[in-house]
Amino acid sequence: MKRAAPLLLVLCGAGCGGSQSVAGRDGVQGALIGGLFDVFLWTTAAVYLFVLAYLALALVRGRRHRRDRAGAQGEPAAQAERIWHIGLIAFAGATALILAGLTVATWLTDRALAEAGDAAPLEIEVIGHQWWWEVRYQDPVASRIVRTANELHLPAGRAAHITLKSTDVIHSLWIPNLAGKQDLIPGRIADLSLHPLRTGVFRAQCAEFCGLQHARMALDVTVETPAEFARWYDAQLVPPPAPTGGAALAGFALFQNRQCASCHAVAGTPASGMVAPDLSHVASRRTIAAGTLPTTRDNLMAWVADPQAVKPGNNMPKVPLTEAELAALGAYLETLK
Amino acid sequence: MTAKKKKPREYLRDGPDFTGAPLHEKLSETWRDGPGLIGWIKSVDHKSIGKRYLVTAMVFLALGGVLAALMRLQLSGAEQEIIGPDRYNQIFTMHGTTMMFLFAVPVMDAMAIYLVPLMLGTRNTAFPRLNAFSYWMYLAGGSLLWVAFVLNIGPDAGWFSYTPLSGPEYSLGKRIDVWAQMVTFTEVAALAVAVSLTATILKKRAPGMTLARMPIFVWSILVVSLMVIFSMPSVATASGMLLSDRLVGTQFYNSYEYGDSLLWQHLFWFFGHPEVYIIFLPAAGFVSEIVQAYTGRRTFGYTAIVLALCATGLLAFGLWVHHMFTTGLPRLGYAFYTAASMAVAIPAGIQIFCWIATIWTGRPRFMVPLLWVIGFIVTFVIGGLSGVMLASVPLDLQVHDTYFVVAHFHYVLIGGAVFPLLGAITYWFPKFAGRLMSERLGRIGFWLSFLSFHATFFPMHIVGLQGMPRRVYTYPAGMGWETFNLISSIGAVVFAASVALFAVNMLLSLRKGERAADNPWGAPGLEWATASPPAPYNFAHIPIVADNSPLWNEERPVAYGLRVEDREMIVTTAVEAWPDVREPSPEPTAWPLIAALATTVLFVASIFTPWALVIGAPPVAAALVAWFWPKRHHEGEPVIE
Amino acid sequence: MTSEPQFTTDLEPLPTHAFGHRSLTWWGIVAFFLIEGTAFAVAIAAYFYLMNQDQAWPPPPFLPPDLLAGTLFTVLMLLSEVPNTIAKKAAEHEDLKPVRRMLIAASLIGLALMILRAFEFASLNVLWYQNAYGSVVWLLLVLHTAHIATDWVDTLVLTALMHTKHVSGRKFVDCAENAVYWRFVWLTWLPIYALIYWLPRLAG
Ligand code: HEA
Ligand code: HEA
Ligand code: HEC
Ligand code: CUA
Ligand SMILES: [Cu+2]
Repeated sequence: MKRAAPLLLVLCGAGCGGSQSVAGRDGVQGALIGGLFDVFLWTTAAVYLFVLAYLALALVRGRRHRRDRAGAQGEPAAQAERIWHIGLIAFAGATALILAGLTVATWLTDRALAEAGDAAPLEIEVIGHQWWWEVRYQDPVASRIVRTANELHLPAGRAAHITLKSTDVIHSLWIPNLAGKQDLIPGRIADLSLHPLRTGVFRAQCAEFCGLQHARMALDVTVETPAEFARWYDAQLVPPPAPTGGAALAGFALFQNRQCASCHAVAGTPASGMVAPDLSHVASRRTIAAGTLPTTRDNLMAWVADPQAVKPGNNMPKVPLTEAELAALGAYLETLK
Repeated sequence: MTAKKKKPREYLRDGPDFTGAPLHEKLSETWRDGPGLIGWIKSVDHKSIGKRYLVTAMVFLALGGVLAALMRLQLSGAEQEIIGPDRYNQIFTMHGTTMMFLFAVPVMDAMAIYLVPLMLGTRNTAFPRLNAFSYWMYLAGGSLLWVAFVLNIGPDAGWFSYTPLSGPEYSLGKRIDVWAQMVTFTEVAALAVAVSLTATILKKRAPGMTLARMPIFVWSILVVSLMVIFSMPSVATASGMLLSDRLVGTQFYNSYEYGDSLLWQHLFWFFGHPEVYIIFLPAAGFVSEIVQAYTGRRTFGYTAIVLALCATGLLAFGLWVHHMFTTGLPRLGYAFYTAASMAVAIPAGIQIFCWIATIWTGRPRFMVPLLWVIGFIVTFVIGGLSGVMLASVPLDLQVHDTYFVVAHFHYVLIGGAVFPLLGAITYWFPKFAGRLMSERLGRIGFWLSFLSFHATFFPMHIVGLQGMPRRVYTYPAGMGWETFNLISSIGAVVFAASVALFAVNMLLSLRKGERAADNPWGAPGLEWATASPPAPYNFAHIPIVADNSPLWNEERPVAYGLRVEDREMIVTTAVEAWPDVREPSPEPTAWPLIAALATTVLFVASIFTPWALVIGAPPVAAALVAWFWPKRHHEGEPVIE
Repeated sequence: MTSEPQFTTDLEPLPTHAFGHRSLTWWGIVAFFLIEGTAFAVAIAAYFYLMNQDQAWPPPPFLPPDLLAGTLFTVLMLLSEVPNTIAKKAAEHEDLKPVRRMLIAASLIGLALMILRAFEFASLNVLWYQNAYGSVVWLLLVLHTAHIATDWVDTLVLTALMHTKHVSGRKFVDCAENAVYWRFVWLTWLPIYALIYWLPRLAG
């Protein structure tokens, strides 16, 4: 927020900060871009004020002229026009200079962004799907690869390098608090560098129109201390505990026998579907269905009962279930931590 | 030579001995549209076609505006479900498509078709039947889109329909085919107008009107017509490729078969960026005309403004990648597009400077059109400056595809093009209708529009920075977006009311407005030398021009000797505008309509089967042959050796 | 402000038709060249764009198009400029006989070209739906065929016209402009020929 704070405050009252805001500047890239934004904001504001002042004076002068010499037509004497020609050249020159300055500022920032990477960043792969995010933490050791969905955990102070892919249409990953956005284009591989500076809970949202539920394709981003991050990471490596209670056990059976397992995977169980979010630790995520609902047992049940009512058009079908079956599934899903 | 040598016949011609009322009588008879509906359909008069175009474009503005109101209703609060995602996606696609393809470009065409021949001192456009054809194609394309929308097969992939979302795999049904074919219709229409206007401007100017004496508005239309010629083939080809991907299984945009979805983006924006200046430059032309009429002095910096228009037109073709900053193309390339995008601010700034200088050194009369111009400057510059922000790659990485961009383009489209348009309609209304628009309603309307516009669109900058993406049918509560969206929605209602008030003013003034003199504003352009509204033949004698404010001179030199009982016009040389040839001008005819109908059948049928291209071609060819087949009374005079 | 007109210039002596850039038809045709030329340029740009996406061009196992039909087509196309030039000159001299003869020749050449073109499609060695390479090659050829066909129909109509009693000075202008259009058609063919037939051989 720094220097632009007063102006931004005027512009947007108190609401500018927040968990999904350009003003957050909670990452190296976001801060660099934020600094550039300040430069542009102040420069263009000054230009605008100049134009307004010039216009206002012209209106006043024009009005006076009109009183003095009503009815006449034609231009002022050539002498007077010459001054205006000089003015025009000066104005165009000043415009060019200012623009050159802004262009250089842009290039400098762009360079800084390109160099903001880190020697050993955290390697993550994010794959866009209609309308959810598949997230994979890469590791040379296969058993240390973490697969999750719709959430991103990052350690503060360490760079992360995200490889972006899409399997269907174009999506765009945008975590405004941390950095600019980057498109996920089928058939291409793009990447995005992040470097969070402080801990916090942020929201990212798909920024390229991708069809029916583009509006509900969010990603929860948690930046935590390295220790917290390591704890989370290790927990992700462990398969969820085997269900114990009666209801949860029944839910587990349903999950394996109804269609669920053909789409979803749960580590340590036969369920290994790859076309839908990995559910191994779904209950530990903040939200379900790509930021649509907070993760509670009721919401999980509401979702499974009728996904199309919660998020019309999404790719999970309504599986016919009785009340009891639903409750069992709810109980089971809740154990997936 | 076998053509029979006829004895030179004496034709009735205008001249010192044949002028005034009897001439008016004869010329009107020659140039008038026929009576009744048939006459209306067959008209090739640029004024009839221009008015038709204008009314149709305004209807599309209203339709697009109603859709905007629906979107604002849905977005007025968080988590609203008044409109479902499927309908919402159709609505915003229809809104953008309607506004860009069916309102903004055609409305500028409409004004140009009506005004350019008058400003040039001629009697019709160079290719009047092509103009007529163009209108029917436009009407057909717009109708196709809206009929489809009503039938729930309205397109739903946004006004730029990115592949692969719009491709065969992810957009089933006919929605996108309708969109792509609508694009073809409107491109054919716009290209036809561009050809006709270019030829008109280069070859139909009044004797003595050198290029350097052309009204600035005509310059802007010349630049825009050339831009149309070089940009629209790109989107027409691209949408043809999209259709064939969808219908006959080509693989242009399929990255799994050696195609590439970014190819679509390049081809679309190679058209799409010039498109926005195709909308803006005529509006800048309006401003230059209005400013001089209401300050009583010629627009300051004629040469600078003309050069600025040309520079914008050229630069416009080197900017398209600034819509693709987030696609991950090479950084070095991006740096070039940043610099180029920033550079367009120079010609824009030059024009702004000149307009204000004109007001400063002139004697402004603050009538409604000038108010719109002032409102335009105050508003457009904000949009231009936010454009400069978007041109910076790092900033665009943040705000691309957010409401910040939505704010930018409504500032430049509405502030930069619609405001001048409303001013221009008020300004030229006496020419169109023979009556003045109400000054009082105009003033109320202006202030209402101006204030509510900013209330609607300014907050969008802020929600954009706060992270609200565009094209979302709903948004969660607690993001800090609700208040701003509510303000936008309230503003939009008032803004729509103010536009409706403008329409009401037009309709009332059409019937009850004060009768207008030929030149009610004391303006310098040739169009004001005609009657209000102009006689069917525009000018009884062809004016001769000696500078770029002909009506501010005492002298009224004219050329004479054109045939009066046949439609005849002069062709002048392209640069100096020397009278060169007398050529006949086409009579009214229904063939453009028939050709357009045949083409419509072909285009619409080709949505369903590629064979339509084969089966539908002969009727089109037949209609075109009939169109160009010489008519008896078109026989020219014997060649003068 | 309004004053009486002063009659200064008499337009009656002006001719009622003229050739080349003095005629409106010419400007119309040039504008259409620009439009169609831009469409070709876009298609060619798409070709290069797609080619640069991939190392192998054409993508294996596809073979470049066979040369025979396309080369014959090109030769005939170049030869057609001879009657075309004669027709244009004759039209400009408003000399009806050679115009009629050359128009008939052009119609026959057009027919031969259309037949050769059919063989060209058959010798492309790829179908439009097999991959983007096939798509873009077909696009180029279809676009160009549309122009051949249009001009052929135009020539047929003119041939018919010039054999009626409609012949007038302005019709000679049309004949001359038709000849100019034909030049455009074969000029645009040359880069497309190189692109379709030779580039895959050289790049492949
Ligand atoms: C009338 C239409 C119009 C006009 C005139 C403009 C004008 C400009 N536009 Fe805009 N633009 C659109 C319509 C228009 N735009 C539309 C419709 C879109 C979105 C499409 C979509 O995604 O749906 C868009 C999107 C768009 C983007 C892509 C954003 C994104 O999607 O991420 C960019 C990026 O560079 C951009 C830049 C510019 C620039 C630099 C100008 C410049 O021409 C502005 C120049 C003018 C000024 C700068 C003001 C006057 C100058 C001075 C007073 C001089 C002094 C100034 C300085 C010293 C800075 N525009
Ligand atoms: C010239 C172009 C133009 C114009 C004039 C407008 C006008 C308006 N636009 Fe438009 N807009 C676009 C071009 C335009 N827009 C484009 C290109 C897009 C992008 C689409 C996409 O993403 O694909 C867009 C997108 C867009 C969005 C973003 C949607 C989304 O991303 O989800 C929004 C949201 O608020 C919006 C709002 C408005 C509003 C409130 C108006 C108001 O100004 C409307 C005012 C109302 C009227 C003009 C109607 C008044 C008339 C009547 C009520 C009837 C009376 C009539 C008679 C009596 C004859 N527009
Ligand atoms: C045809 C495939 C399919 C089947 C069968 C299926 N799902 Fe899903 N499921 C999905 C998809 C796709 C999503 C992501 C939807 C979205 O957010 O757009 C999803 C999302 C979910 C989520 C939210 C995950 C998250 O992290 O956001 C839960 C929980 C879930 N499914 C549970 C179930 C259960 C329980 C069943 C069986 C009754 C089931 N699914 C059957 C495809 C399927
Ligand atoms: Cu994914 Cu928008
Ligand atoms: Cu642009």
